[in-house]
Amino acid sequence: MTTDYVFRVGGEGGEGVISTGEMLTLALARAGFQIYTFRTYPAEIKGGHANYQVRASDKLLLSQGHWLDVLLAFNEEAYQKHIQDVRRNGGVLIYDTDSYQPPILEGVIYYGVPLTSLATEKIGIKLTKNIVSLGVLAHLFDIPLKVFEDLLKERFGRKGEVVVQKNIDALHVGAEYAKQIPRQDRIQLGSGSRGAKHLVLSGNESLALGAIASGCRLYAGYPITPATDIMEFLARELPKIGGFVVQTEDEISAIGVVLGSSYAGKKAMTATSGPGFSLMTEMIGLAVVAEIPSVIVDVQRVGPSTGMPTKTEQGDLYLAVYGGHGNCPRIVMALTSVEDCFYGIMRAFNLSEQFQMPVVVLSDQYLGHRKATVPVPDLNQVPVIDRRKPQAEELAGFRRYRFTPDNISPMSIPGMEGGGYVAEGLEHDEVGYPAASDHENHLRSTQKRYGKFGQIHQIANDLVRLYGNPHPEIGIIGWGSSEGVIREAVEIAQSKGYSVGALHPKILYPQPIAKLKEFIEGTKAVIIPEVNFTGQFATLLRKRFAYDFIQLNKCIGLPFTPQEIVDKIEEVAAHVHSSRRSHPAAV
Amino acid sequence: MSTVPVEVTPQQYKTEEHPIWCPGCGDFGVLGSLYNCLAGLKVKPKDLVVVSGIGCSGRTPGFIKSYGFHSLHGRVLPVALGVKLANPSLEVIGVGGDGDGFAIGGGHIPHAARRNPDMTYLIMDNSTYGLTKGQYSPTSPAGYQAGSTPYGSIEQPLNPLAMLIAYGASFVGQGYSGKPRELTELVTQAIEHKGFAFVNVISPCITFNNTYKVVPPRLKEVPQEHDVKNRAKAFELALDTQSVWLGVLYQNPRPTFEQEVSHVIEKAQASSPPRLEAIFAEFS
Repeated sequence: MTTDYVFRVGGEGGEGVISTGEMLTLALARAGFQIYTFRTYPAEIKGGHANYQVRASDKLLLSQGHWLDVLLAFNEEAYQKHIQDVRRNGGVLIYDTDSYQPPILEGVIYYGVPLTSLATEKIGIKLTKNIVSLGVLAHLFDIPLKVFEDLLKERFGRKGEVVVQKNIDALHVGAEYAKQIPRQDRIQLGSGSRGAKHLVLSGNESLALGAIASGCRLYAGYPITPATDIMEFLARELPKIGGFVVQTEDEISAIGVVLGSSYAGKKAMTATSGPGFSLMTEMIGLAVVAEIPSVIVDVQRVGPSTGMPTKTEQGDLYLAVYGGHGNCPRIVMALTSVEDCFYGIMRAFNLSEQFQMPVVVLSDQYLGHRKATVPVPDLNQVPVIDRRKPQAEELAGFRRYRFTPDNISPMSIPGMEGGGYVAEGLEHDEVGYPAASDHENHLRSTQKRYGKFGQIHQIANDLVRLYGNPHPEIGIIGWGSSEGVIREAVEIAQSKGYSVGALHPKILYPQPIAKLKEFIEGTKAVIIPEVNFTGQFATLLRKRFAYDFIQLNKCIGLPFTPQEIVDKIEEVAAHVHSSRRSHPAAV
Repeated sequence: MSTVPVEVTPQQYKTEEHPIWCPGCGDFGVLGSLYNCLAGLKVKPKDLVVVSGIGCSGRTPGFIKSYGFHSLHGRVLPVALGVKLANPSLEVIGVGGDGDGFAIGGGHIPHAARRNPDMTYLIMDNSTYGLTKGQYSPTSPAGYQAGSTPYGSIEQPLNPLAMLIAYGASFVGQGYSGKPRELTELVTQAIEHKGFAFVNVISPCITFNNTYKVVPPRLKEVPQEHDVKNRAKAFELALDTQSVWLGVLYQNPRPTFEQEVSHVIEKAQASSPPRLEAIFAEFS
């Protein structure tokens, strides 16, 4: 029997909910389990409801899961919000008896612990109640106490011996108390069987590491939830490897610094979220026309405007693909998992260098802020590509924007003798001189810039992932952070006997036309699940394919669960089999 | 800055592209002075990057034999900062107009000034939007009458020199396009200054805001005895808007942004080997 449990901690923001979840996560990872976290938190720093969920298993985890095996609720609000997610066939509720007395629900196991009074009476510090609760969890579910002790030493070591000891005492108080709880559940963790060495990373951390591996040595950005931790990670790590982070005065400046740096030969990137990305669109146009390699990460949150800053959405695809004025080709990629954040950002840097154009990389709050165990990255998996530089003979009468068969011109770098040119935001000729009144040249130059798409379509076809039946009756086309959820849903649906398969492109624009066509052709129905209101990817695909795609849209600031996808598959399957024609699109 | 041993002439910095400015434009004087400065300092074209924004001034990089970047309206300073951080050995000169610098791009100036990257920022100040046919700009006087202010502008002009001194620029000077010899000397000092050097150049627009007659009577040389390190005295000169003060008002060098960046890198590397694998180890 494989281990696969979902834990959730809920309570008032600022009372240690997130740190309890983080320590539980690290402990489970160190105990040898695969982990997959999910967190929602209030937009305020103090107060409001916060929760942190972690799923632990021996097998590769694809989603945050659905039903809770253990809910640790610090207050009544947490109980009210989450009790409906607790498994009714042996799920466990652990609650603070000093805070509230929950009504008894059929099928749920109740363990009441006086967390607050144990913390205040035995330790003398009320705030240690979350550490007490970790001791309870450790004893009940057989997670080695030693792992928690080590974590407490690392976490509080800087605050001195006394603080460390108080926390270790709190841990033991919880474990001691748990010994007297009559066990009714059958949840047992012990040590996991995860093999090779793994790192515990969030999507944002994985992305930042990948950027360093890509050769990025300058980051410019402006703090914005949920992208800020990319900047903070790089601010700490980049200087160790000779790079630097500039916190600019706004997002326009951030992308301006990126373009200046890349132009001058140092790979650079910026990361933001919707509001900042909106500000950057004019600069994206400049990067297109001046042909400057650049990487822009958008960790999407709920919009429009300030929206719901701490909640997830896939709502920026239109902006990523079409943002800016004029005919403005760029590459849009979507990251799919914590591991893919590492390799995906490396591919983004490579594509920007190879094709001398901006690459927009879409992540989201769900992916950026969740942690997972990932194998130690293989630095050779995605070899680093650098831009084409002029050969000696090309520097005589150098033409920076020379028309070439593959539409890619050699790019000189300041400091290179004979390579001088003006990176030009006006329409320009092959040399780079403004050609704002040359009508024929504008067409030729636009063709050159779009001409790069030919090669990118091929790369996009190679970066498609297929799950389940490759020639299914019911197809699913997803994008971005939904990959794991869809994959898990496909596995569940297949085990129920449905003919289902999923296609998941990593490059969303330009699209992997050949692969999409091949996949769509054999299906009876295609579902496109998106965490947005209108179905932005479905709309893009309808421009390409005369096909009646079925949309599945979720627009409540939360990601899909596998069950929601499975439900849709079953609904569509029933319809396909009764009508034997494709399902009408439901918007 | 790199130098070459042979004789260098201003002519050598001219490109095949001819300036598109109206005959009599003050910007010719600024460009001529720039050629003279570059020749005087023997700046190698391969190591020079001229960054511009949008407006009449924006076309300047195309007229200078070097590397250039004709960026977006108001965004000279972020792009120039990126260039400088990528390769601190490059000579970076930003050029813009009063609209580009003080209106749409005004938000970048305080931050460039306080960071103090080693670059020069030249504003060609004609107190009008020449390229869109003469609307009032942030430095136009109240009452200025043009297309968008048919009844006269009701806004007070801003004071570029006082603003830059307040923001903490380590070099603040002003020149006049009609005095090329003095301007060459001033811009040379600005380029040689280690840090963020701001030079406001009064550069009349002959077509839409011809100030060739009204500016000269107001010109005054910064007095010989003026202490350029005295910020309060520099303010006094800047706040005297009856006069157009020419010369260096303020100069007080301090470590540049690039120097501070290398200190941060040294500090970080003292505690960790510069390898990605070492960073991986922190997350296991």
